[in-house]
Amino acid sequence: MSSNNNTLSAAAALIQQGRSTRSTSRWKILMRYPLMLIGFTLFLTLILIVIAGPYFVPNDPLLIQMSERLRPASWDYPLGTDHLGRCIFSRLAAGAQMTLSLAGIVITATVLIGVPIGLLSGYVGGRLDSFIMRIVDGIGALPEIIVAIAVSGFLGPSITNLLIAIIAVKWVEYVRLVRSIVLLEREKEYMEAARAAGFGTWHMIRRQLLPHIVSPVIVLASLDIGKIILIVSSLSYLGLGAQPPTPEWGAMLNDGRPYFQTIPELMIYPGLCIMLVVMLCNLIGDGLRQLLDVRNK
Amino acid sequence: MLTIIKERLLQLVIVLFFLSLFTFTLMKLAPGDPVFSILRADEVAATTADEEALRKELGLDQPIYIQYTKWMYSIMQFDFGSSLINGKPVWKDILERLPATLELAAGSLIVLLVISIPLGLLAAKYEGKWIDHISSILALLGASIPAFWLGLMLIYGFSYRLGWLPTMGMGSAAHLVLPSITLGFGLAAIYARMLRAGLLEVLVQDYIRAARARGVGEWRIMYKHALRAALIPVMTVFGTSAGSILAGSVIIETLFSWPGLGDMAIEAIFKRDYPVIQAYVMISGSMIVMVNLLIDLSYTWIDPRVRYVKERIT
Repeated sequence: MSSNNNTLSAAAALIQQGRSTRSTSRWKILMRYPLMLIGFTLFLTLILIVIAGPYFVPNDPLLIQMSERLRPASWDYPLGTDHLGRCIFSRLAAGAQMTLSLAGIVITATVLIGVPIGLLSGYVGGRLDSFIMRIVDGIGALPEIIVAIAVSGFLGPSITNLLIAIIAVKWVEYVRLVRSIVLLEREKEYMEAARAAGFGTWHMIRRQLLPHIVSPVIVLASLDIGKIILIVSSLSYLGLGAQPPTPEWGAMLNDGRPYFQTIPELMIYPGLCIMLVVMLCNLIGDGLRQLLDVRNK
Repeated sequence: MLTIIKERLLQLVIVLFFLSLFTFTLMKLAPGDPVFSILRADEVAATTADEEALRKELGLDQPIYIQYTKWMYSIMQFDFGSSLINGKPVWKDILERLPATLELAAGSLIVLLVISIPLGLLAAKYEGKWIDHISSILALLGASIPAFWLGLMLIYGFSYRLGWLPTMGMGSAAHLVLPSITLGFGLAAIYARMLRAGLLEVLVQDYIRAARARGVGEWRIMYKHALRAALIPVMTVFGTSAGSILAGSVIIETLFSWPGLGDMAIEAIFKRDYPVIQAYVMISGSMIVMVNLLIDLSYTWIDPRVRYVKERIT
């Protein structure tokens, strides 16, 4: 009985070791990446703007007033009005909400689909693994834009179809990432110890493997948010995503096109918004990667 | 090497199968009954008998897997049907527009090489100096700037304000400049960073130190010894960029009214020209997969180390 207890406590020690994080003092490390800190602060500000925005914007982003069309910046309209007399500033603020929530939906869905499949594929292995990997390789070979063209081409352009198309392609990246980590961890001693201690598959996946996966997935997701925002706005610009009058940045750029030569501001502002937000996401992603010590590959 | 080729060919077949299944399913899910749309186009009052006859003629009364097999069979013979808008066979349209897309892709590749190689070399040579910082800022910009917006800003600046370059369309070499920069810039900045990372890794290796000891000049070491080794990891990523160039060309072509495949696809979407969309998805998808395969095989062939690792995996 006592030898059994010893084995168990040794196993527990090994498991603990496998689970222990590498951080000595994360705050100290964090201070070494000022760019990321700035990015993070700005991102939090952005989220605050998104949440509080509707209460502070001066005008209704959807209100059409033909008498007020194409006005320059003024006290009433901080950035002027567009071709339908709508307040550009209010539309940009509403667009921030739109853009971030769309990206949020996509990233949540891809993580929720990709991570469990990756865990299963890597941990169970064998036939299931090779079957899943065939599908993953098949889908992963196609760029999102081609798939989006196929989906919106046959089912009609809409924001829902665009989101479906992006999710349908994106999840495979997470399967690949998670599976590669699982394959690495599966053979380690602490895993064997946990198995020997009699833990079942569910426990192994949830308590032993999941903690190793969290940081890399967070890093990949934060870098992906920027890419998703770019794809959504590009396709909305082409008319395949958000449809007018939805205040989405890409669609706003498309709206502004006819006035390009006379009032370039109509296109400059939404584009700047996209670029800044994507840049913030990239800064945060890069910083997180260094902070959480996730290797590039 | 043979086992790798066999494995990759099998993979290619599977990918193409998925692609065809995906396209076929979407086609079937598309709103509207093709039988009714054809009958309505004839503008004659159609009876149920007519409807049934046409359904039979189109093979739509058969089980779905037979329909798929037949469809696949005609696709493999490059028979994509005719455009619903102008009645021309789709493959003719595709052949007409393919050169434009390839020209744009070539242009963006040139931009990619011209920017990324010198920038990568300089950034690695002067690591931590201002040129290195510029390259990292450019990489951040390249990853963050929406291509269509960059294109619009370039048109505004260089065509509209300065009047140096044409705004849109295809024709002279000047027409190619702005679309190529727009398409190539994002990738170029990222590649410069990758090349820099690769160079820095190579530069600390023994054979570089040996070359230095022999008195080989710094630039010569960079260019002759380090660059070659550093290019290999860059090439492996390059395969995936073929896809992003083709995908990016959809946006750039629409933006610059460049008469290529992407422009055709977007036009077809708004006109609900299903045969054209189907052909575009199948052809561009296959092209991307095949380019990936070729690049993959070529660097496997160039670098024996990769070959060894891959043979062990398969």
